[in-house]
Amino acid sequence: MKVFVSLDAGAIAVGAERAAKAIAAEAQKRNLEIELVRNGARGMFWLEPLVEVATPAGRIGYGPVASKDVASLFDAGFLEGRPHPLCVGLVEDIPFFKRQTRLVFARCGLADPFSLDDYRSLGGLRGLERAIALGPEEIVAEVKRSGLRGRGGAGFPTGIKWETAARAAGTKKYIVCNADEGDSGTFADRVLMEGDPFTLIEGMAIAGIGVGATQGYIYIRSEYPHAMRSMTKAIEIARGAGLLGPQVAGSKYSFDIEVRVGAGAYICGEETSMLESIEGKRGQVRAKPPLPVLSGLFGKPTVINNLLSLASVLFILSEGAQAYADFGWGKSRGTMPIQLAGNVKQGGIFECAFGITLGELVYEVGGGTSNGRPVRAVQAGGPLGAYFPPALFDTPYDYEAFAAREGLIGHGGIVVFDDTVDLARMARFAMEFCAHESCGKCTPCRIGSTRGVETIDRILAGRDIEKNVALVRDLCETLKFGSLCALGGLVPYPVLSALKYFPGDFGMAVRPAAAAVREVT
Amino acid sequence: MSFTNGSAPRRVAFDEALARKIIDAELGREGPLLPILHALQQEFGCVPSEAEPLIATMLNVTRAEVHGVVSFYHDFRRAPAGRHVLQLCRAEACQSMGAEGSSRRLLEKLGLDWGGTTSDGNITVEPVYCLGLCATAPSAMVDGEPRGRMNAAQLDALVAELAAEGKR
Ligand SMILES: Cc1cc2nc3c(=O)[nH]c(=O)nc-3n(C[C@H](O)[C@H](O)[C@H](O)COP(=O)(O)O)c2cc1C
Ligand code: SF4
Ligand code: FES
Repeated sequence: MKVFVSLDAGAIAVGAERAAKAIAAEAQKRNLEIELVRNGARGMFWLEPLVEVATPAGRIGYGPVASKDVASLFDAGFLEGRPHPLCVGLVEDIPFFKRQTRLVFARCGLADPFSLDDYRSLGGLRGLERAIALGPEEIVAEVKRSGLRGRGGAGFPTGIKWETAARAAGTKKYIVCNADEGDSGTFADRVLMEGDPFTLIEGMAIAGIGVGATQGYIYIRSEYPHAMRSMTKAIEIARGAGLLGPQVAGSKYSFDIEVRVGAGAYICGEETSMLESIEGKRGQVRAKPPLPVLSGLFGKPTVINNLLSLASVLFILSEGAQAYADFGWGKSRGTMPIQLAGNVKQGGIFECAFGITLGELVYEVGGGTSNGRPVRAVQAGGPLGAYFPPALFDTPYDYEAFAAREGLIGHGGIVVFDDTVDLARMARFAMEFCAHESCGKCTPCRIGSTRGVETIDRILAGRDIEKNVALVRDLCETLKFGSLCALGGLVPYPVLSALKYFPGDFGMAVRPAAAAVREVT
Repeated sequence: MSFTNGSAPRRVAFDEALARKIIDAELGREGPLLPILHALQQEFGCVPSEAEPLIATMLNVTRAEVHGVVSFYHDFRRAPAGRHVLQLCRAEACQSMGAEGSSRRLLEKLGLDWGGTTSDGNITVEPVYCLGLCATAPSAMVDGEPRGRMNAAQLDALVAELAAEGKR
């Protein structure tokens, strides 16, 4: 009898460890033989701790399970998938799950993340095997044809980045996986590292072969100790099985990976700052050129990709570029693991093709707020993303559509706020965060953000509101154009969107929301 | 604050021979400075200032460079924290679930500012900007263990638990 309880930090945070222990103890007490599998997360965090049992009909779930519920689960016969007030039915029939197109997260949550046999039987390694058969040039061509764009925020075409690095002259090249995932409201990188780490290893090996790199680094933020341990363990297993090392999966290509741990600096998610950090320096942003693909880590050609970009290439290689590009629309091809977070009823990872609207995501998938109050705003794309009011919920999830409305999809996070949110305070927080995380290289970002906090404080105190709002706008202009990187350059997004759609929160005359919306559409 | 091997850092007095050994173990890496600082902090509970000249000599860089790196990153401490480190998330998703209010109340109750340690040396409360637990906000991390759905009552219970442990 197989019982699954997730080992994901998000599940552990709400009691999965206690639930697992209670189940094991109760089974022993009742003299029942069970196999307790610690799987990755299914991504439906409102149900965690989620307990699943394998039945002939499929996996049946119960959640959220507290240790005090365990005895009653046994009494009810949950091992046979019998009814219980916590039963959620067949896990894969839950609308949140069923509606997804899980390409990147295809395996996550199905099995023990450290079993290579399970990995292989669930379709793992097929991408790498085809990549080895195709060889470097065809790998890069395939990724280019897929239309994959970077999932870290900027949306740069991955194939073009790889091609440039492949053509760059150099004896040694690097692949750096950006797993810094600093954006509030995002956790897909973490969940994949903890729930399906071999996928990342496979993706990086494909990238390595494609561009001719022999060494990879995974830069994981220190706030993710579980992910760090998971990747370290998976790399050792992969190395032991010959998937990493001088002959990747028995091929002529050499590739290995090392985990590096950040040290609590949001700016180290910016690619050049990350390179400085790996080199052992202060995480200050480098001026470009030179581009990292030509002169990156230790001056060598370096591909830096977000974890989800690297994890997306498995499907592209195993099923072909066209199969991938068939998902999505316009210039946004494939799928995006979207992360619903904050005050949302059904928070978690929802992977789907581009094109779904923001409103569908918030109301249909997410089920609205967790407390049932009206949704007042969402922040999409992390701390540098815009605040959108429900009037903009017809925006399709797509890089260009968000950009056209002065927003961004970033790393795929959507944070939901109810009607108690004060957007002037959120704007202040954006400036404060920028001041806290600035690498200090440009004056507008280093000093301007602190001025921004002070000016918004005056607004919050009701002093010279019009004048101070004008000052904030000026400051945003300076930040937009006087910043070397997107920390200073994009912090105007949350601030100006808050001002535009929620002027009342700043004590300004409120125009009908529709008028503000019309301006951008 | 980091917990690279999953346990709270130990707090031992600076020991040059031990520090040398720790630094030496990382020297084979490309760009070993961050791994060195993490390893030192794991052992000593902070990056002791006495370690800076040592690192500088062993890496063949200036002490100012080492100091510049140590001071750049929020994680590295100059002095050990309390017995327990409680990190409370202050980022947007946690704010949407009322984290600011519950954090402020807790700090007031303990008589602390962010980063402060209770007078008995038991608990250090630090801000953190997202723990990747944003679907079960508000989030916290206590001695490297994640905690979700930490509303005011849960926070109080957690702190009471830590205080009781401290008295044992
Ligand atoms: C302040 C700042 C923070 C960033 N944080 C991250 C991050 O946490 N993860 C990430 O993948 N990219 C982050 N980026 C984007 C990276 O600079 C870079 O564009 C990305 O890693 C490239 O990979 P991709 O093309 O696969 O998206 C950040 C950028 C800035 C300016
Ligand atoms: S904008 Fe800010 S974070 Fe970016 S390089 Fe300039 S000072 Fe550094
Ligand atoms: S915002 Fe608090 S855990 Fe992500």
